[in-house]
Amino acid sequence: MRAVASIALRKVSVAFPIYDASSRSLKKSLLPGTTGGRIGIGADHVPIVKALDDVTLSLQHGDRVGLVGHNGAGKTTLLRVLAGIYEPGAGTVEVQGQVAPLFDIALGMDPEATGYDNIFLRGLFLGLTRKQVRARVDEISEFTELGDFLNLPIRTYSTGMRMRLAFAVSTSIEPDILLLDEGIGTGDAAFLEKANRRLAKFTDKAGIIVLASHSDALIKTMCKSTVLFERGQVIAVGETSHILEVYRDRSHK
Amino acid sequence: MSRLPLAAQLQAGLTAHSFRRAVGDIWHGCQRYTLWGTMGLQDIRQRYRRSVIGPFWLTISMGIMVAALGLLYGSILKQKMDDYLPYLCAGFVIWGLISSLVLEGARAFIVGEGLIKQLAAPLSIHVYRVAWSNLIIFFHNIWILFLVALWYGKNAGWILLLSIPALALVVVNGVWMGLLFGLLSARFRDIPQIVASVVQVMFFMTPIIWKPDMLPGRALILHLNPFYYLVEVIRAPLLGHVPDARVWIGVLLITVAGWGVALLFYTVYRWRLAYWV
Repeated sequence: MRAVASIALRKVSVAFPIYDASSRSLKKSLLPGTTGGRIGIGADHVPIVKALDDVTLSLQHGDRVGLVGHNGAGKTTLLRVLAGIYEPGAGTVEVQGQVAPLFDIALGMDPEATGYDNIFLRGLFLGLTRKQVRARVDEISEFTELGDFLNLPIRTYSTGMRMRLAFAVSTSIEPDILLLDEGIGTGDAAFLEKANRRLAKFTDKAGIIVLASHSDALIKTMCKSTVLFERGQVIAVGETSHILEVYRDRSHK
Repeated sequence: MSRLPLAAQLQAGLTAHSFRRAVGDIWHGCQRYTLWGTMGLQDIRQRYRRSVIGPFWLTISMGIMVAALGLLYGSILKQKMDDYLPYLCAGFVIWGLISSLVLEGARAFIVGEGLIKQLAAPLSIHVYRVAWSNLIIFFHNIWILFLVALWYGKNAGWILLLSIPALALVVVNGVWMGLLFGLLSARFRDIPQIVASVVQVMFFMTPIIWKPDMLPGRALILHLNPFYYLVEVIRAPLLGHVPDARVWIGVLLITVAGWGVALLFYTVYRWRLAYWV
């Protein structure tokens, strides 16, 4: 039986300790400073960037949610928290359903391996067995329209071609929750349309899509509701066109 | 009185919940063997892409190394070749396994950064991947030993089979080393360098090109050296001897102690790894 997808964040905070070149060396942790302060791993002396600050958010099945905000507002961090990559330092995260993240596509692919090899690798990473990947290979390669390119190393691909591949694999597992970051904008118009159709079908089946993007057009076509982030905090949640307006007003102030 | 920050952190982070999650990570990671199996295999394939004989370069370079070192040190140390060369060869191949388990293990999470930040999966898969690819390399290299043994007409007999559980034990140790050193290295980027220089020194401190009985007075150098036990437990059966009970006990102690420390640190710091890499 398919679980009903849902996401609930309660008072989630994520802080990054910033280790500069010198504090990444052991010396400081082993030798406390003469001032008597505790200098150590994660001690107060390490500068901290709060990427998410007290975020409370709840998403239900069928939601297609856009995340907007300036660079560094916390969009990507939030997606990584939802994907289970970052465990927050404070607050609770409850995610029901299988999650397929689709982030910076340059990472997480082996540039020397062929398209087919990468389909396997990504499929396995998303929790499929070899057999399950094999059963989907035809469908995936058809969706990518990459044809014989799939026999070539990924390093010969353009960004858009990699995006096609990553997108095809991540959506082929029919996840309950799909997390998208920027990159999807690198596809050409024909692909975006195709992707959009697939995503529409996906939300009809009561999945959740969370999309972080700087493209108003993309957010408008894909998302019903939108969350506005600023400095790690949720500023506003609501209907997409309204939130985009709020966002524009705030940035022009 | 202020305590050491490390002690305070360990105390705060050591909860039943995070312990279960750490063990779960290690266990579920192990179950994803198709994943790390594929990754490990691809690591090797990638290294030898477009090369005609591929991974057999490993075998060949190891063979040349053993032959050269064997002839040189065999005559310096005035050893009988039919005895010394298989000994050196076995030691060398095993050392190759252990040292790269340690060295690559220490870099496991750093190398896996891209994947760690992209896709949620048990973090331990990055360590299993290292263990697996090095085991594959070991099985390429071990042929040199069989060739040498054949050349000198040595036959280890059934005792040879003892090397299989010994090998498994060493790889199990390689996993805790990868978890522990990999974790520490992700946070402190000096550690891979420290590990590298220690491993280099240990190559000469461990009986590989010399034999324990050449060491006057059975010094502590030997008995306090964990690498000695790890090497000897595989080497003895490969050469047709049953390892001493002392060696088995040594290896078991290293396994238990190592896993204990690794689990402690993995419990407390695992969740921070994604922030560190």
